[in-house]
Amino acid sequence: MVENRSESIASRVKRPSAEAGALASWNRLRRRLGEPIIETCIKLSGLVVVVFVFLIFLFLLKDSLSLFRQYPISKFLFGTEWLPISDPPQFGVIPLLLGSIYVTVWAILICVPLGVGSAMFIAEVAPKHLKNVLKSLVEILASIPSVVLGFLGILWLAPALRDTFHLSTGMCGLTGSLLLAFMALPTIISISEDALTSVPRTYREAAYGLGATRWQTLWRIVLPSASPGILAAVMLGIGRVVGETMVVLMVTGNAPVMPKSILQPLRTLTATIAGEMGETVGGSDHYYALFAVGLVLFAITFAINFVADLFLRRDRK
Amino acid sequence: MGLRTQIILTLALLAVVLGGCGQEIDPNEPQGFVQTKGSDTMVNAVQMVAEEFMKEYPHVFVAVTGGGSGVGIASLINKTCGVASASREMKPKEIEMALKQDVNPKEFVVAYDGVAVIVNKGNPIDKLTIEDLHRIFTGKATRWSQFGGKDLPIVTLSREVSSGTHMYFKEEVIQLGKKDNKEEFSKETLLLTSSQAIVEEVAGNEAAIGYLGMGYLSDRTKALWIGKGQDFHPPDVANVLQKTYPLSRPLYVYTDGAPQGIVKLFVDYTLSPTGQKQFIETGFVPRGAAVGREP
Repeated sequence: MVENRSESIASRVKRPSAEAGALASWNRLRRRLGEPIIETCIKLSGLVVVVFVFLIFLFLLKDSLSLFRQYPISKFLFGTEWLPISDPPQFGVIPLLLGSIYVTVWAILICVPLGVGSAMFIAEVAPKHLKNVLKSLVEILASIPSVVLGFLGILWLAPALRDTFHLSTGMCGLTGSLLLAFMALPTIISISEDALTSVPRTYREAAYGLGATRWQTLWRIVLPSASPGILAAVMLGIGRVVGETMVVLMVTGNAPVMPKSILQPLRTLTATIAGEMGETVGGSDHYYALFAVGLVLFAITFAINFVADLFLRRDRK
Repeated sequence: MGLRTQIILTLALLAVVLGGCGQEIDPNEPQGFVQTKGSDTMVNAVQMVAEEFMKEYPHVFVAVTGGGSGVGIASLINKTCGVASASREMKPKEIEMALKQDVNPKEFVVAYDGVAVIVNKGNPIDKLTIEDLHRIFTGKATRWSQFGGKDLPIVTLSREVSSGTHMYFKEEVIQLGKKDNKEEFSKETLLLTSSQAIVEEVAGNEAAIGYLGMGYLSDRTKALWIGKGQDFHPPDVANVLQKTYPLSRPLYVYTDGAPQGIVKLFVDYTLSPTGQKQFIETGFVPRGAAVGREP
């Protein structure tokens, strides 16, 4: 389309005819050759991504299977003890999985209401200048490195939580959840805000026409019609939280217990891989066990992204 | 300024810059790159040795990375570092792995260290026996009041499993030095990623107890006197030297085969008086002082 318009502008400009002819034939040649080349490039880069994901999956699967040759898969999936350097080692993934689930669920409980609320405010309520300021602030929030947040968590948030809840230590699941919620907020806010803004203007006008107040319109009309997009935002936020490593490694205490409460130290899948990978020697049980943990993590994030994609797709229809 | 003057000036500048790059290095002078990796306990000391070393040999660059003794040994086996520092001996399993990868680890004792047990300054307890520590870190004792302290639950802090200090503490305290003992750290134990994180948590938490290499001791926390039986000693140079402090251990570096070239230069420098001085300054006990203990 852009091509056509520029051509029509070019045709309106009067030029010496020889030059115009040369230009036109050059354009024609470029279009005939350029288009397929660019098209192939784009197609290739799309395919490369798919191939990479597939190869990563194969790689994880191959090394995980090496573990299951030496260590029964049922003991890995249902074992409740993670003692990788004991003799014999125990690679039960359940405490790590529960640790990840606890931290994620709480992070989501904290950040979804906040995130969707801010998105509603930015998209519907805030005046234009405030809207721009808020949007750029959200982007700045997204750019804070996680290790910085983890550092703040150790020095400030963990002691604060310990004193507030009278805990024995502030290095607990909730500290991690709060920081992760903070990290997932920008994702949730910006995608929800997009979803809310893309609700057709006619919906709102119809609602106002029927005498609905601003709040009724926002709550009963705009929010439900944007819900698939908001769900997708939440899912992507969950994906971010499940996969985040540095913060949880720094602040959750990493004790491989079966978690009973969010206020106790726990160990997540990601922190286990990051904390232990350096120590393992290629080809040992422990090394393969960490790959198996990675496979579990991959399966979780894949499922979450898949569901998010389903919602987004429904949104587009 | 005319165009020609500009061009001449630019060329002149370029000549100066390029001339600087092409400075001839005496081919007999040692040059190259040494990667050292491993013990977090030793990382500060090794870093200081490396800095002094690079002052002496300006054309050799020494990179020092921590991560834990296990990390260093693993990367020596995977051939991604030239010198591995470790606060524990290589395990037989690791040596076997190394030989399989065609790596022949050679061991050097570079210094001695005491593993200090630290508590918050507000904790009234000053001394514990190894047996007490065993009960605390295995979860058999869970309240400070059991040892005459405040009525608080005990929060045990440990390093991650990649730490040599973790392994040492597990062997000497959790398993009480017995090979057939299969006891483990209590599952409630927090596994922190660095010695500094342990200092931070202990400094801010009255209920916490943790352990670390002597080099990390500071006046923000209180180091306990440790005793076997009723003979208590503080973790200091004199007690580590005389072996009266029960949690003392050698610190090692490992190389692949007998060191050669700049790796040899660096290992020799570490063992030299200047190198050993850096270990003293970071709170360790030099190798020479305890030389009588070597077989």
